[in-house]
Amino acid sequence: MTRFVRSWLGVAATTATLAFGGGQAFAQAKELVFGLQCDRTGPTANVGTVLCPGYQDYIALVNSKGGVEGYKIKVLEIDNEYKVPPAMEAHERFKKEGAVLEGLYGTPQTAALNKKLEEDKILGTSPGFGTASAADGKRFPYTFPIAASYWSQAGAAVEFAKEKMGTLKGKKIAYLFYDNPAGKEPLVILEDLAKAEGFELRTFAVPAPGLEMGAQILDITGRYKPDFIITHLFGRAPSVSIKELKGKGFPLSKVVAFVWGSAESDIIAAGGMGVAEGYSTMQFAGVGKDFPVLKDIEAMYKAQGKPAPKEMDSTVYYNRGVLVAALHVEAVRNAIKAKGGAAPTSEDVKKGMEAIKGFTLGGFVPPLELTPADHEGGGWVQIWTVKGGKLVKVKDWFQGNRPAIEKQLAADASKS
Amino acid sequence: MFHREAGVFKTTYGADMALYPLPIAKWTVVALAALFVVIIPLAVHEYYLSILNLIFIAIVGALGLNILVGYTGQISIGHGAFMSVGAYTAANLAVRLGLPFWITLPAGGLMAALIGVIVGMPSLRIKGLYLAIATLAGQLIIEWTINHVPAISGGAQASIEVPRPSLFGISLNTQGHLYFFLLFFAVLAIVATLNLVRSRIGRAFVAVRDQDIAAEIIGINIYRYKLLAFAISSFYAGVCGVLYTYYFGIANYEQFQLIVSIDYLAMIIIGGLGSVLGSIFGAIFVTLLPIAIRIFMEDVGSLFFTQGEMANVISGLRLGVFGGLIIFFLIVEPEGLNRLWRNIRSYFRVWPFSY
Repeated sequence: MTRFVRSWLGVAATTATLAFGGGQAFAQAKELVFGLQCDRTGPTANVGTVLCPGYQDYIALVNSKGGVEGYKIKVLEIDNEYKVPPAMEAHERFKKEGAVLEGLYGTPQTAALNKKLEEDKILGTSPGFGTASAADGKRFPYTFPIAASYWSQAGAAVEFAKEKMGTLKGKKIAYLFYDNPAGKEPLVILEDLAKAEGFELRTFAVPAPGLEMGAQILDITGRYKPDFIITHLFGRAPSVSIKELKGKGFPLSKVVAFVWGSAESDIIAAGGMGVAEGYSTMQFAGVGKDFPVLKDIEAMYKAQGKPAPKEMDSTVYYNRGVLVAALHVEAVRNAIKAKGGAAPTSEDVKKGMEAIKGFTLGGFVPPLELTPADHEGGGWVQIWTVKGGKLVKVKDWFQGNRPAIEKQLAADASKS
Repeated sequence: MFHREAGVFKTTYGADMALYPLPIAKWTVVALAALFVVIIPLAVHEYYLSILNLIFIAIVGALGLNILVGYTGQISIGHGAFMSVGAYTAANLAVRLGLPFWITLPAGGLMAALIGVIVGMPSLRIKGLYLAIATLAGQLIIEWTINHVPAISGGAQASIEVPRPSLFGISLNTQGHLYFFLLFFAVLAIVATLNLVRSRIGRAFVAVRDQDIAAEIIGINIYRYKLLAFAISSFYAGVCGVLYTYYFGIANYEQFQLIVSIDYLAMIIIGGLGSVLGSIFGAIFVTLLPIAIRIFMEDVGSLFFTQGEMANVISGLRLGVFGGLIIFFLIVEPEGLNRLWRNIRSYFRVWPFSY
């Protein structure tokens, strides 16, 4: 059959399927559907184009090994372009196809879907997105941050600064942040800790899109002269901040970035690894290629006679995609085991997710422990620093200033 | 709309201006009503209802923008911000005072109208691109204000969760319930606009658009009507924002950023400036096309691409086809889908005798 004929057959098939209610439910026996929202073309495409292939590759790896407990996984990926209405459409589509869980993408999208997830009883994971209070499983029963929230990251950043300087008493810390809700969220934790630890905190807001921060950097380096800088930026802004700080001669060894300013691409865009010597980054998944799971993915591609995808070189985001997929699969595995091999429902998967514990994938995943009350899993991060042209782990999984975060969570829960 | 009208002659102005140009038009409307109220909710899967719901909300917003840009000729790229004004007004009223939607919804619209008049004030002195920039400033100021005033935004997250709307004790929380909720307001907006544009006010808007000096000379108070256009348009935007808020269960200003204003401008330009049907076509086109391209590609694309490649192909192709189609339609018919539809209709009106 020629390609032309085939393509016309395809058109006919599409018309037919649309006429009969658009794509029959392909969730047959022994197949589970995962929904994945992604942003491959919107403002955060620099993350999505690397993270989502990581997710897809891990699922392909699981399928190539016979699936999870005998069930193959079908991933339905929908690009929401970081817009909210398409995110709702994507959720409804996942629901129609019988998805047992879904990966959310984007903070406003997570906010808009929280309620719908709860009504439809489908769990959604929002690693690095959404509000910190979603860690509270009682308030947001179907939303799972599964990675360190901005509050936990703030706690960890302060702990890291303290470790570097010995004490924080009387020190000056600058907080350089993207002027949106996500950027402002850690402020409560930072202010609490400033009081408790006795350091001085000053905040410097960078307006969207964060490409111009000369004034803020000049203010920090020229006037405020802090002992340490914590940055919380998105998109292209992190690389601008590295470049500007370097340009003003501020030692990058006194800087730590939150998780969305921590990719290789951010550092390379700022002029390369050589320029950013000493820049510290916070990570919620392992960095680099030295993990058995990544070796397995490479081997899978090799067995198909293909080279490993180029996305794998951007290990920070790629590995996060793998981490999300691995946790999804693990939740489903727990659910299937709990049902003795029967196909799990979305509610079983939720219970499976809440049973994840001691699943580290060779140091790739933090030692998180998800419970019905804690959907964040403890807020673990690692610190990786640029040393000699690559990211080097300087601090293994840790929970920074956990009591301060728990106090805020409790205060937030009592407010609502 | 879908009927032929041979041998009909209008002899009075009243007949010419009637909402139903022909008796048969009434039956068309009845048939459409039956389709949307009875057949679609019963026959269609919830997923398709959710798409229709998004279209209904978009129709309300697009109609509002079309009144301002299409009918009155005042360019605005602050439409998204007016939506957020409505959204936060309604959310604050619903959460702090526990008011039901039938109070918060008009209140959100009125607050947006008030802000719209303020942002629209420069229109009294400037036109065209200058006005576009002034409304852009309005958009950014409103965004900044919501982001930085906790009294409006309800805290650092700048989002306020609202309860589902309830009617007669029933909480409207499924797509099916919300379908009727949103359909009602979409129809209300359409009928209101149809009546507005054939009223004295609507004609004054058109006169201001076509030649404002001439309009002033024939006795139209152009200051009043320009601000009125901003007020009405912003009212629609505010209501649209409230509908989004109830639909998602949350007011969040990040849903209403500049890109949303641009999307709505795209809707009315594609659909047809200065036409009610055009706004509807535009809202449908912009909401539906990305979804249609994706569903089509999911079925057809798997013949050519692997699962892994597909995700990138669909995303890229969707943008490409979307942009390409906009250019194509605007070259074929610069006056938008509405004109295209009328051309097709007038072709078939005389078919098969084309002369």
